[in-house]
Amino acid sequence: MDLLDDPTPGSNTPEFSVGEIAGAVKRLIEGELGWVRVRGEVGRVVQARSGHLYFDLKDERNVLSCMTWKGQIPGIGVMPEEGMEVVAEGRMTASGFQSKFALNAQTIAVAGEGALMALLEKRKKALAAEGLFDDARKSPLPYLPEIIGVVTSLQGVVIRDILHRLRDRFPRKVLVWPVAVQGAACAPEVARAIEGFNALTSGGALPRPDLLIVARGGGSIEDLWGFNEEVVARAAAASDIPLISAVGHETDTTLIDFVSDRRAPTPTAAAEIAVPVRLDLLAWVSEQEARLRRAQEQGGTRRADHLRNLARALPRPEALLAAPRQRLDLWDARLPAALTFAVQARRVRLAQRGALNPSLLRRAVSEDRRKIEGLGTRLAPALERAARAKRDKLDARGLNATVLNRRLEQAQERFGNLSRRLASVARQGVSDQRARLDALDRLRETLSYKATLDRGYAVIHADGKVATRKTDADGAKAIEIEFADGKLSIGSAPSKRAAKPKPPEQGSLF
Amino acid sequence: MSKAVSEMSFEEAMTELEQVVGQLERGDVALEQSITLYERGAELKAHCEAKLKAAEEKVAAITLNADGQPTGTKPLDPQ
Repeated sequence: MDLLDDPTPGSNTPEFSVGEIAGAVKRLIEGELGWVRVRGEVGRVVQARSGHLYFDLKDERNVLSCMTWKGQIPGIGVMPEEGMEVVAEGRMTASGFQSKFALNAQTIAVAGEGALMALLEKRKKALAAEGLFDDARKSPLPYLPEIIGVVTSLQGVVIRDILHRLRDRFPRKVLVWPVAVQGAACAPEVARAIEGFNALTSGGALPRPDLLIVARGGGSIEDLWGFNEEVVARAAAASDIPLISAVGHETDTTLIDFVSDRRAPTPTAAAEIAVPVRLDLLAWVSEQEARLRRAQEQGGTRRADHLRNLARALPRPEALLAAPRQRLDLWDARLPAALTFAVQARRVRLAQRGALNPSLLRRAVSEDRRKIEGLGTRLAPALERAARAKRDKLDARGLNATVLNRRLEQAQERFGNLSRRLASVARQGVSDQRARLDALDRLRETLSYKATLDRGYAVIHADGKVATRKTDADGAKAIEIEFADGKLSIGSAPSKRAAKPKPPEQGSLF
Repeated sequence: MSKAVSEMSFEEAMTELEQVVGQLERGDVALEQSITLYERGAELKAHCEAKLKAAEEKVAAITLNADGQPTGTKPLDPQ
């Protein structure tokens, strides 16, 4: 293994330093290739903060680094966008510093019409999606602008066509903002012109237009391409001043046409859209004046006619009054007779009802009134008197009743007391008497002769009388001997009454 | 009928003139008003006419400095 470079003898491979080989490559590339045109699809695009532009061109397998220096950008033509098919023109360079080669692209053009149209479609879609094409964004054009701002080139027929057409129709003040209408400078200049016109103030050194026309004559799609640039479309969309776009011929449609407030097919048409025809307007004004006068006159005539007709239709005052007057006369004539007759009739009727003499009536009325008044005066005292009498009677009765009631109550009370006392006395008396009776009865029993009968004595009754002497028994028809357990009759039977003699004490008790 | 005629644009004056004429032609306005309308119409017509007569052509191109900023105007002959 060779650790040290040891050129094989016989080898003639030259040896380079890095700088030498880098320089050689650079010389080779720049010398052999030099100025080239490269076609490819734009890949990644980066605009560095320094202002330089870096992008890739690629095909299916290869990538070529490209760069455009800041100072070269204004002349680049078309700014590269990713996906764009372009032809870039420039110088091949190699950098020994990075061991890289690259294309310093100085102009870029879209590769072919198809690619351009595809790009335009893409931009249209993007702007439409942002709503820049919406009808709501479009402002109406002034009917008669005072100052028209035209953005176009001072060279060529376009500005002349516009000015001529304006002069024919309605001479106006026109401010032309000169711009490049093709090439790389076109888009930025047109955008700046639109912005510049909008930046003017009404009272400034440059008067602010109230209508803008952005115009360019016909040309190839590449010629018109500046008006397809986004920067132009955005400036037109942002314009506060109503804007007419007139780019190319009728068949050419550029991006600005979609965002402008009005698209004119040609620059001449833009002038026609911008202003009305002055002579037409003058004629119109005269016509209006004539109509005004005619209408006024007709108004007067019509009113006069109407008034005359009305006046004719109006009846004469005498005619209006004739019939009523006639009626008035008729009734007027009949009035005095009618009045006399009416009074007469009433007088007769009054006479027939003699009683209905006002003085009689009055007298009757006054008499009645007097009577009523007399009765009236007596009415109150009578009423009072009667009431008093009734009240007195009522009072008296009311008093007696109470006294009686009171007395009745007292009597009832006394009666109650007495009856209670009587009852108790009676009860007491009966029991006392019974006790005395019992005591007396017992005494009687002790004093009775009957007890002596038990001791063997007997009582002789003669003819029912107790016979204590013999003389008492002499001559007696019936003698009864009373024993303790019964009587023994001797002789004829005594009478029942005599057989039951009553003790003498018995009679003294009652 | 509120705006002063002298402050009107051509279009405003034109629109109102049309209305005034139409109103008068329909004849459905009172006499007093028709007189006012007529006078207004005459004023509007005069204003429109003045605007039309005042049409002047003045064409100028803006001059730009190196930065593309407007510096002034120069006459432009449209030929």
